[in-house]
Amino acid sequence: MKVALFIPCYVDQFYPQVGMATVKILEHFGVDHTFPAAQTCCGQPMANSGCMPEAKPLALRFVEIFKKYQYIVAPSGSCVSMVRNHYSTFFDKDDVEANDVRRRTYELSEFLTNVLKVDKLDGKFAHTVGIHQSCHGLRELRLGPSSEVMAQRPEMLTDLLSGLEGISFSKLQRPDECCGFGGTFAVAEEAVSCMMGDDRINDHLNAGTEVLTAGDMSCLMHLEGIIKRQKHPIRVMHFAEILAESIT
Amino acid sequence: MSHPALAQAFIDDRPRAQWHDKALWFVREKRDRMATSVPEWEELRQRASEIKQHTMSLLPDYLEMFERNAKARGVQVHWATDGPEHNRIVHEILQKHQVKKLVKSKSMLTEECHLNPFLEKHGIEVVDTDLGEWIVQLRDEPPSHIVLPAIHLKKEDVGETFHQHIGTEKGASDPKYLTEAARNTLRQRFCAADAGLTGVNFAIAETGGFVVCTNEGNADLGVSLPKLHIASMGIEKLIPRASDLAVFLRLLARSATGQPITTYSSHFHGPREGCELHIVLLDNGRSEILKSPEFRRSLSCIRCGACMNTCPVYRRSGGHSYESTVPGPIGSILTPLKDPAAHSSLPFACTLCGSCTDVCPVKIDLHHQLFAMRAFLDRKKLLGMSKKLSMKFVSGLLSSQWVFSSAGKAARTALRWLPRFAVYNPLNPWGKQRDLPDAPKDSFRAQYAEHQKDKKSRPSSGTGGQS
Repeated sequence: MKVALFIPCYVDQFYPQVGMATVKILEHFGVDHTFPAAQTCCGQPMANSGCMPEAKPLALRFVEIFKKYQYIVAPSGSCVSMVRNHYSTFFDKDDVEANDVRRRTYELSEFLTNVLKVDKLDGKFAHTVGIHQSCHGLRELRLGPSSEVMAQRPEMLTDLLSGLEGISFSKLQRPDECCGFGGTFAVAEEAVSCMMGDDRINDHLNAGTEVLTAGDMSCLMHLEGIIKRQKHPIRVMHFAEILAESIT
Repeated sequence: MSHPALAQAFIDDRPRAQWHDKALWFVREKRDRMATSVPEWEELRQRASEIKQHTMSLLPDYLEMFERNAKARGVQVHWATDGPEHNRIVHEILQKHQVKKLVKSKSMLTEECHLNPFLEKHGIEVVDTDLGEWIVQLRDEPPSHIVLPAIHLKKEDVGETFHQHIGTEKGASDPKYLTEAARNTLRQRFCAADAGLTGVNFAIAETGGFVVCTNEGNADLGVSLPKLHIASMGIEKLIPRASDLAVFLRLLARSATGQPITTYSSHFHGPREGCELHIVLLDNGRSEILKSPEFRRSLSCIRCGACMNTCPVYRRSGGHSYESTVPGPIGSILTPLKDPAAHSSLPFACTLCGSCTDVCPVKIDLHHQLFAMRAFLDRKKLLGMSKKLSMKFVSGLLSSQWVFSSAGKAARTALRWLPRFAVYNPLNPWGKQRDLPDAPKDSFRAQYAEHQKDKKSRPSSGTGGQS
């Protein structure tokens, strides 16, 4: 089994430790990996801004780069959702290569759960962890149950973490409300974005979160930005970092 | 004004914005409890979605069937292309009956047509009889929510409004006292009215009848005394069969306010003896939306307001920040479809979190439509130069691995060396309330290359081994 690492552009540049944690986890499970260095960005910022003609070349480029790999894995629900759910706009619906790439692209917790069939990780992480359910992982990829829908679903991220010795989870008032990042929304609607972030953080503070985690570094970049500015005693880690730090 | 500016103004009164958020979240939680109590909730949503999509696919046929059956029951049916025509028709009917005083139950459709100012200009007194709607009418404000029109107001605000308009005691804010006062005043209006106007929640094609849902019974009160009842409805309000109500009435109130059912579900099937019943069917852009495969499903909306209650942006920016009769997620689709140039900021008043889609009782893919709406605005050249140019620039930058890596390195280096005041300047909205990430010396791609080199030089721990 060979995995092509799909590392979101901003993770490549600003959160290399999240990419390296992903590498460590894959190696832990004996998975061979490669990083196709030609990759840049999946095109989500342009598509979310409505700029489809600007997003399209990046989507074509992505498929060209990744089409030869059996599995494509990213430590981001949002970027995977872009490929899986929105690439259909850029390709013919019968385009075999594009459809294969869309189908073979996995978010990390989803890959660990559904492909590697990991059900328990050996390791220790003796902290109270607050899980931020990143919206695209939750409601686009269905990596867990959303509070609006009355249906049972496995909770991949929590299930993976809950195997770690000593870990406990903080109980939030609003378990899956958006953090307010939203890409360019964070800047265009700065006031609402920051109020949303503030409200999430206060929920975590009241619930006793020591370590705040999520499947998307973009949500965490926004939340950590507020946490640092307000000097709150919360450590922010992508869940891949928690797993990489804990596994033995 | 654009949504961000109005939202900023709303949030400037932070305690009030927080109160507003909590008030609506409370409704969302009530909805969750009600939805949990129905084991077949998701099946109901699916059924409702299919009925609505089926109806929309055959809308012209169902409309004709409805008209035929309504006429057979003695109802007079009118067709209006747009708001002005709707208002003209209503006015003509009122004139024919020499109506001077009209009572209305809540109707977002008449808000959409701006009926009240039109009729008032023609010397007709209009009283909105839904309590929330009446409060905003007294204040000369538009509703801020389609189900809870005065949700932006606190009881103290209502006390002040009533003090000014109906002479309640200054400073009174006891809800029981205030509603009692409203009730007494509204009862007089009901008794004095020459005609009643209602909206329509569901019109039934096979029977030619319709249903109006209220919690205050004001639709019944308004149309039971006068000899004239006018019902205004959008053409999308149709359902094929009376039995379909079993699906929609169960979903509507649970989704809207977390009640098992609205207090009054009033059925109207023809005029009373010696009275007249008129139905005005309004298009006002709906058949244009029907033509669009991308946005057609927005016509399935049953106006429950659940997408507003759950929307984290709506809760924190208030209904008036949308400057649209229907605010929130569904409004951010419907309103720009009608006038994209005037409302181009609405589809961006959204993080694409998808909560609206998951809460919607008729399963409208709201956040996907909001996503598509942004591209729709781009095709109409309404995105604004700075957004378009910056996205063109970034797209170009991301089209080359080398340019991307170099630009990333330059940005990281700048962040590492620039003094704080240079990074956190007024031109950086990110940095107003947030820090930027620490810039690492090496990118992932550099660290990964190093890691792979190390592994090769230590073949014993090569790829595939446990680390």
